[in-house]
Amino acid sequence: MSKLIYLDNAATTKVAQEVVDAMIPYFTENYGNPSSVYGFAAKNKDAITKQREIIAGALGAQANEIYFTAGGSESDNWALKATAEAYKSKGNHIITTKIEHHAILHTGDYLEKCGYEVTYLDVDENGVVKLEDLKAAIRPTTILISVMFANNEIGTIQPIKEIGAIARENGILFHTDAVQAFGQVPINVDEYNIDMLSASGHKLNGPKGIGFLYIRKGVKIRSFVHGGAQERKRRAGTENVPGIIGLGTATARAMRTMEERTAKEKELRDYLIGRILDEVPYVKLNGHPENRLPNNANFSFRFIEGESLLIMLDMKGICGSSGSACTSGSLDPSHVLLAIGLPHEIAHGSLRLTLSEETTKEDIDYVVESVKEIVANLRNMSPLYEDFVRKNK
Amino acid sequence: MYTEKVMDHFQNPRNVGEIENASGVGTVGNAKCGDIMRIYLDIDENQIIQDVKFKTFGCGAAVATSSMATELVKGKSIYDALKVTNKAVMEALDGLPPVKVHCSLLAEEAIHAALWDYAEKHGIKIEGLEKPKSDIHEDEEEESEEY
Repeated sequence: MSKLIYLDNAATTKVAQEVVDAMIPYFTENYGNPSSVYGFAAKNKDAITKQREIIAGALGAQANEIYFTAGGSESDNWALKATAEAYKSKGNHIITTKIEHHAILHTGDYLEKCGYEVTYLDVDENGVVKLEDLKAAIRPTTILISVMFANNEIGTIQPIKEIGAIARENGILFHTDAVQAFGQVPINVDEYNIDMLSASGHKLNGPKGIGFLYIRKGVKIRSFVHGGAQERKRRAGTENVPGIIGLGTATARAMRTMEERTAKEKELRDYLIGRILDEVPYVKLNGHPENRLPNNANFSFRFIEGESLLIMLDMKGICGSSGSACTSGSLDPSHVLLAIGLPHEIAHGSLRLTLSEETTKEDIDYVVESVKEIVANLRNMSPLYEDFVRKNK
Repeated sequence: MYTEKVMDHFQNPRNVGEIENASGVGTVGNAKCGDIMRIYLDIDENQIIQDVKFKTFGCGAAVATSSMATELVKGKSIYDALKVTNKAVMEALDGLPPVKVHCSLLAEEAIHAALWDYAEKHGIKIEGLEKPKSDIHEDEEEESEEY
């Protein structure tokens, strides 16, 4: 194995050097607690404010609407649980989808146990929420609609603007989990009528363990962590200063490079998709063919199982991921792949490859050749393929 | 997560393939759960397993346990083959992660299913062999859509 070809950027990304450089002084030099009075520490407060402004700017929001958290999962938990609590008197119904991240789905399960009602919307075969279904699901008691901006597995981008408009017309709060989309596609919270938005640093070449929740001014959402007065008393705890600096720097970088970076990723992604669909038999592209994240490709190879494929790819220095049961630690394959209508055995044979700005055409060529060889080998030892060939003789 | 032996048997599986007119064929598991094993046995008139082949749809552990199971029963009498337990398969592979133990059970089951098929075809009863539980039938409905 000579070179590592990392195509799992939806899982996490490499921290950009300029992000690391910006963070370092905040560990060993500017280590003061931003809540302290003396100037040495207080200037860290200014540094945090600056990051808040950068992030707000990226969303068309105000700086005081950005609340730092420990990441996407916390932001999602906060948005759902705190809205449920704060708007209890208005109603107890939440609408979300079947393809959300577990940070939303499991929070929804928890809220159901607490007496709330949650509707999980179906999606079409491309993974897109059906607006008619959304409208039909709205009740007088609906307090929140939470639909992810873009799906982490299949990359499908939702009609967020339309969903936001429906939420607004009906006077319902709208939250979106934008963990995969933030920094990848342009987002404007006013244009899309987004009331809350979750994002995470490590998906955009920033550090792990830091994220934020955008909360539109006027949304009466309560404190998630009680304690000190940090984050406008809504999320207590001494700020993760290096993390916040890293997140702000990564955001500025992502916005600066977005156009060129995503154009390049899209071109290579389409090249990858084109070659796989042309050159490997019995394969299907999962997710929307056009409205998908610039760096996401997700395939299902019939007759083979995903974990085997991943291990074989790993042997060739290629990092990818799969929605097979074996990689999820359960007996069922990915809920997203089942929600788009894939039968279990086909969902087991999925492969997600997510590119980065560093991915080259040579990388893709090597990956395609490797996939072709591995898929053929695995099919050779697959009883499902044997049966299929026999049947079609 | 896997031992060297598991990785070796996964990457270089022994006895992959089919046997024409096999003495016994056993298929266990189901595609819904993500693993299917099929074992082919060639058994001579002295009830010795002369050859064994397998095909497996499944994870690394599923392939490795199938491969190891075929190694362990090859050349053995059907009665000795019956004594090859999932524990023996696991030990021969220097262990499996806890979530993959079911793969070794499947391998044991696949051998038993093939032996059962052999016994049925030859009208004999193999002492100690029970009808395999998770046998899936040839005529089970199959996904036929095309991509």
